[in-house]
Amino acid sequence: MSAPRRGVRHLSLVGVLVALVVVGAFTKPEQFLTSDNLQLILTQSSVIGVVTVGVTFVIIGGGIDLSVGAIVALASVWATTVATQEFGLGGMLLCALSVGLGCGLVNGVLIAYGPMVPFIATLAMLASARGLALLISDGKTQVVTVNSVLDLGVSDSYVLGIPPLVLVFAAVAVLGWLVLGRTTFGRRTVAVGGNAEASRLAGIAVRRQRLLLYLLSGLCCGIAAFMLIVLTGSGQNTNGNLYELDAIAAAIIGGTLLSGGRGTITGSVLGVLVFTTITNLFALNNLQTDVQQIAKGAIIVAAVLVQKGRKTS
Amino acid sequence: MTESPENPNPQNPNPNSPRTDASSLSAFGASRRNVLFGAAAGAAFLSGCTSNESNDGKDAEAGQANVADDKPGKRVTIGFAGPQADHGWLNAINEQAKERAKKYKDVTLEATEGSNDNAQQVGQIETLINKKVDVLVILPADGKALTQVGLKAMRAGIPVVNLDRVFASQQAYRCWIGGDNYGMGLNAGRYIGEKLKDKKNAKVVELAGIDNLELTRERTEGFDDALKNYPNIKKVARQAAEFTVESGQSKMAQLLRAEPKFDALWNHDDDQGVGAERAIKQAGRDDFLMVGGAGSKRVMEAIKADNSVIKATVLYPPTMAASAIDLARALGQSKGVGGLAEFEIPASITLYSAVVTRLNVDEYLPTGFK
Repeated sequence: MSAPRRGVRHLSLVGVLVALVVVGAFTKPEQFLTSDNLQLILTQSSVIGVVTVGVTFVIIGGGIDLSVGAIVALASVWATTVATQEFGLGGMLLCALSVGLGCGLVNGVLIAYGPMVPFIATLAMLASARGLALLISDGKTQVVTVNSVLDLGVSDSYVLGIPPLVLVFAAVAVLGWLVLGRTTFGRRTVAVGGNAEASRLAGIAVRRQRLLLYLLSGLCCGIAAFMLIVLTGSGQNTNGNLYELDAIAAAIIGGTLLSGGRGTITGSVLGVLVFTTITNLFALNNLQTDVQQIAKGAIIVAAVLVQKGRKTS
Repeated sequence: MTESPENPNPQNPNPNSPRTDASSLSAFGASRRNVLFGAAAGAAFLSGCTSNESNDGKDAEAGQANVADDKPGKRVTIGFAGPQADHGWLNAINEQAKERAKKYKDVTLEATEGSNDNAQQVGQIETLINKKVDVLVILPADGKALTQVGLKAMRAGIPVVNLDRVFASQQAYRCWIGGDNYGMGLNAGRYIGEKLKDKKNAKVVELAGIDNLELTRERTEGFDDALKNYPNIKKVARQAAEFTVESGQSKMAQLLRAEPKFDALWNHDDDQGVGAERAIKQAGRDDFLMVGGAGSKRVMEAIKADNSVIKATVLYPPTMAASAIDLARALGQSKGVGGLAEFEIPASITLYSAVVTRLNVDEYLPTGFK
């Protein structure tokens, strides 16, 4: 995608966001435009946002990762089971990250070096990671008792009024943006997703690149799992429910091509923000679940149509 | 009998027994019961004389000959099929059933792996039917969708104890035992109503469970009906979560922003309450009272400690699974239920949604699920 066209795409997403903010300011003037609510929208974007950054890389590289929600669940459960909590904040973080990386490694090896297509391999991971999370947690909610972890989620820990979770999201997004746009790794990702055979002929280690992409996605899931632990004060096997669909939807809205070879981190981040702002608007206006779901679907279609219209004109 | 019920006067002519109305009535009731028991014992004595069978008298005293008790009886194989235990309450259901079955030497439990997939659960129940278990205890993932397989079991001569989520046809089960979702909402509403009845323009917020489940709508209906009795209270917001910690945290955080001031919150489920309470702490709010639902150990301990917004929880006891095993065993041994005069077990038993507060929490703590 050329730079100007990418700008237009992002601009239309910003337009959607502005429209949502106007609706919010109009319907709930006292609650919507407050720093509290802005913090809330950003905090609620942060966990799914980190996952979306990883998924965006995978999709741009020509793959798909359906297992992200399940990996988040497994990592959060594993990091909160009693034995791990004994090692405190560091132990839990390390555990969440290594579980994420481990699952990513399995995905990557199966897809890059094994005979499996991404859809099947990550579908299998989705099922087995959730199953393992259920097994380890025994269906119970693992409540966190480590204060240093819990403290990260409350207002005392805010840096210049910004919740640490939002800072982590921002850091992951900026790093992702730099890696995708400014490094060889990023260029190889786009090349492999655009045309794998041509990339191979051009001397890119396609298999290794694919493996690294799933590792990256797994790592993002590990980070997200730890963030979710901080946010909810617990690990549960139902964590990360439907993250795979939310992350893919945010990436697509953000202009990532599902067939690979094209996409931006900025677009994905904007996509996540649009989703969270919609949810926030609905809750502030006390809309019921059924209405919310219908409206959400309609807005997704509208957002994509607006982009398509801009692109062809 | 020392007193007549027709004269329950507190100013009793007898100065040595200053009884109130109630106590004199209960004294009468007790003595009448003694008379009946005496008669029953006499009858037992007579029947003991005329029959060759031995009769231990205790059965006869209860007014019926065949009541299930802890003593080993005829061997019963109970098939148990439930949904996937992916959260605290369902997990407690499985544990309660298994532990109760272990208690009986004459009971063998054949439990299937839980599944939320209707087709898979139908297959599991059919396997249990083919194994010819004596009685089935079924907690269907979806009562309506599993009605046919319940009918099939009953036609095959296997009585079904339907646990909690009810089948669409009464022909599909011999006995239903479950919780009272409407009553849960009703009692939560009454508790909050009584707490806020003297407050002008009181505001209440509801954090519901999964909205596409009938039970969620029943809980809300009961809650709304109870609040109708308190015209000073208005429900200002309701959001549905998904019975998970994550959804509880996220929806509660939104509710707290949407309603800067309210007086009470009813949360349908203690498991999603872990997240809801976290959101409340994160927002630094403590200006309202919170009532939970279902009755987890964690929440009961919080009620006991009385150092947070949570002041009560409305029970939806997982002990119903243990009771279902009792009923299944009684069915398998063709016995009635102790303490009731009936010869057969009842066709339906609805549990009471008690409100657990600081005053009675010790009584209920042992039933709290993790």
